[in-house]
Amino acid sequence: MKLLEKKETDVSDNFDFHQKKLHRRSFMRYTGAALATGSLFALSACKKDNNTGGVSFGSGDFAILNFAYALEQLEAAFYIKLIDNPYSGMSAAEKSLLTDVRDHEIAHREFFKAALGSNAIQDLEVNFTSIDFTKRDSVLNTAKAFEDLGVSAYNGAGRYISDVNYLAVAGKIVSVEARHAAYIRDLLSNGSFADSSVLNANGLDTSRKPSAVISIASAYLTTKLDASTLPA
Amino acid sequence: MNILEIISSVEEHDADIMGRLDSRRWAMRSFANLGKKITFASLPFALSAMFQKAYGQTTTPAVLDVFNFALTLEYLEYRFYQKAVDASNLIPTGAPLTAITSIRNNELAHVNFLKTTITALGGTPVAEPVFDFTGGNGSGNGPFKAVFTSYETFLAVAQVFEDTGVRAYKGQAGNLVKQGDLLEAALNIHSVEARHASHIRQMRKFNNFGDVKPWITGKDPGVGAANALVQAVYDGEETTTQAGVAIVNIGGKTISANAASESFDEPLTKTQVLAIVDPFIV
Repeated sequence: MKLLEKKETDVSDNFDFHQKKLHRRSFMRYTGAALATGSLFALSACKKDNNTGGVSFGSGDFAILNFAYALEQLEAAFYIKLIDNPYSGMSAAEKSLLTDVRDHEIAHREFFKAALGSNAIQDLEVNFTSIDFTKRDSVLNTAKAFEDLGVSAYNGAGRYISDVNYLAVAGKIVSVEARHAAYIRDLLSNGSFADSSVLNANGLDTSRKPSAVISIASAYLTTKLDASTLPA
Repeated sequence: MNILEIISSVEEHDADIMGRLDSRRWAMRSFANLGKKITFASLPFALSAMFQKAYGQTTTPAVLDVFNFALTLEYLEYRFYQKAVDASNLIPTGAPLTAITSIRNNELAHVNFLKTTITALGGTPVAEPVFDFTGGNGSGNGPFKAVFTSYETFLAVAQVFEDTGVRAYKGQAGNLVKQGDLLEAALNIHSVEARHASHIRQMRKFNNFGDVKPWITGKDPGVGAANALVQAVYDGEETTTQAGVAIVNIGGKTISANAASESFDEPLTKTQVLAIVDPFIV
């Protein structure tokens, strides 16, 4: 509650989302109203309409949260299919930990859905035709790509989040994605958990701009996304 | 392109660039300091930090505090792994030694990066503390006496440090909200600590040193008979409610309490972290 009040003072110095301040202010008022119900995110403002350009993420922090929600939908769908159709030679230990990963991604997906309430984007339709779910390499390489993508997505989106509560949640999720990424990488090649394909010379992990993430993720989605309200 | 050309090209768009840099004095001092200390890899970020400051974005003492706090933790981790790699007969050669050496290198890169960044922001990097990795506050006789003679103890302490690091960075994110590159850099270190934590936990599981997963289940340290110090690293991780949303069986899906706790890592405050690392700092 204290944090949300603090947010009001930050409104005037908002980041660049090509959105009207008025919009933002009314959004904040709704936030205050929602607070009384005990839910941080359940708002009914700023409902976006889908246009011919694909599913819109909405504006401001909601756009970033919906962006995360889209990624979590993709990851959850992937791991559900992976566990339902185990690749040949999946060990008991792998099955157990990959089932954990599936449950984590479902938890993330459902969290965003609940938190965004009526502001949530629709369920996305995935397209996994490029993945051979019977082959360990195909599946784990895709898992690695998704996990590294997720880490880079949260790392790159943090700067566009203006509410400390949202930033905190993103931070709680990204390190779990990084734990997944390291695990999957080690399954493919032990010791590759943080190799130079993801870390730069300063030992920093990768960041990607939201638009770049969407462009990569779209290869696995049938539903068209409109990234125009996301930071480029 | 050298630094003067960069500034000169900025000048075409902002005639006042030199005034912005010069009026703040730190810039030239930073150039001088950076010239000696900077590693090539961190140059672009250092410049970005300097320009961010030049253009009046607030670099409050709180932000410098965050980076110096982070630097202290990175010193701790770097020195810990450096001593472990140098110890004879501690880490098995092959994959284990390769992994720990690689983690050591990452931590050293973080130390250098943070020192450069703090300097570029006009701050003074804190000096490296003297450490007692037995957790004995300088007695060398703490609960982890065997830290550099027992592989099992070493990996237990490594897990404690990495999981603490993840929670520590996470706890500082709020202090860097809307700080652009500075927040992003902290996040980019944060996820590396999580990758390390995941790997160290896999190493412990592989050696039957602890029944742990790459992620944290409940508040279970998975470190033998955990003392209070170790338990403090994990307390709070058992949370299954996020931003008022209950995660167990959310949306009608079967999500156990364990999975709910694992799927979100939790932050620690600076005070909590300093209390955890205090026995390791003389």
